[in-house]
Amino acid sequence: MSTREVVVTGLGATTPLGGDVATTWSALLEGRSGITSLPEEWHDSLPVHFGGVAAVDPAEKLERHRLRRLDRTQQFSLVAAREAWADAGAPEVDPLRLGVVVSSGIGGILTILNQYDIFREQGWKRVSPFTVPMLMPNSPAAAVALEFTARAGAHVPVSACASSAEAIGDAIEMIRSGRADVVIAGGTEAAIHPLNIASFASMRALSTRNDDPQAASRPFDVDRDGFVMGEGAGIVILESAEHAAARGARVYAVAAGSGYTCDAHDIVQPDPVGAGAARAISAAITDAGLSPDDIVHVNAHATSTPAGDVAETVAIRSALGDSVADRVAVTSTKSMTGHLLGGAGAVESIASVLSLYNGVVPATRNLREIDPGVVVDIVRDKPRELAPGDAAAVNNSFGFGGHNIALVFRRP
Amino acid sequence: MAHSEQEILAGLGEIIDEIAGVPADQVSPEKSFVDDLDIDSLSMVEIAVAAQDKFGVEIPDDQLKDLKTVQDVITFIQK
Repeated sequence: MSTREVVVTGLGATTPLGGDVATTWSALLEGRSGITSLPEEWHDSLPVHFGGVAAVDPAEKLERHRLRRLDRTQQFSLVAAREAWADAGAPEVDPLRLGVVVSSGIGGILTILNQYDIFREQGWKRVSPFTVPMLMPNSPAAAVALEFTARAGAHVPVSACASSAEAIGDAIEMIRSGRADVVIAGGTEAAIHPLNIASFASMRALSTRNDDPQAASRPFDVDRDGFVMGEGAGIVILESAEHAAARGARVYAVAAGSGYTCDAHDIVQPDPVGAGAARAISAAITDAGLSPDDIVHVNAHATSTPAGDVAETVAIRSALGDSVADRVAVTSTKSMTGHLLGGAGAVESIASVLSLYNGVVPATRNLREIDPGVVVDIVRDKPRELAPGDAAAVNNSFGFGGHNIALVFRRP
Repeated sequence: MAHSEQEILAGLGEIIDEIAGVPADQVSPEKSFVDDLDIDSLSMVEIAVAAQDKFGVEIPDDQLKDLKTVQDVITFIQK
């Protein structure tokens, strides 16, 4: 291929499992759940009493005066971006060659809701003058660009729960096309609020397993009853292979390819045979210059909803073919983190990259009785080792609206 | 209710520390908000609202833009 190779040189995350990548990753391998009870005062008005609240509040990591002018999505994205940047060795890069692609699925909705409360109770003069730059969907990307003086461009693809996967895909293209040498990419979400819980619950999309919250996110299990809303961010540092080699950077993986499709089937229901998802997986593998035989692992989107999880496994089998589908290690880390919405694709890309890098795939938690419709091999009970040598992984991310994004990472 | 210059300076120091993250001991009368304390126009709006709460003096928008230094605000509040 004539395009420039893109590599992953830094990782950062703040999730319901931990305030950084190392804590999150070790919790994934231990099979821990990050799901906790939501504030007591919300319980009476909501059918769902639990969620994936970030394990470390950003207030512990950011300066006090900055917290008041940053939406929680921006706070998460800065915490994760700082970690990723340091992890990459704080590369020296011309600001004109440094880009940002950081998404959120919903945007600064906590700011909107909180400022609306202030407006109604105290009047317009008490509305923060930072309300607009906090609620904009591009606010996290802009905050990251400001923090790292990234002037090649700051972009924000929005595709609901596929947003941050699309951000990483766009970042790959930004480097391939020569617009940047280094891109800070990923996504963030901070939407845990009674209205948002009510909105997803009203769709019957959320698990209501209030008697056992840590068993509520159970992708592929026959008793799954919906997803668990989480919050947090994942950020990766992507870099052209030449730029990374010139500075002797550690390379976690090659960000090898992406595939984007749209179902155009229903605004929220997945295509029951996963045709659009299958096309995305195939396109990503082709874009990576690989074949299905190279795929050893799939980090599934699988959110624990009745319809989505099964359709995704049908899509995986269809895209990879029967012989690969019989052996590929499929897992859903949402069983432990909950669903980070616009942050999910990036956090799960980090898990995919670390699975290749460390040679081990986390097990899907809470899988007691597998749904008979599941047609791939799910990693369960304990993590599964991956053989050394050339190998690639697929990360799937799907969003309301019918968006399907597949990313392929391979060992360098 | 009149406030002494010292009271106003101390109160502004607290407000500016809270809103802009500038330590109160750096907030002295001769400092320019923009050039010395690196405070942007949106933060000035927040500071004006907080000052109104603290000292009971409203700072209209058309006069806020003329308040360039900490001393300017002190003088305005004392007026």
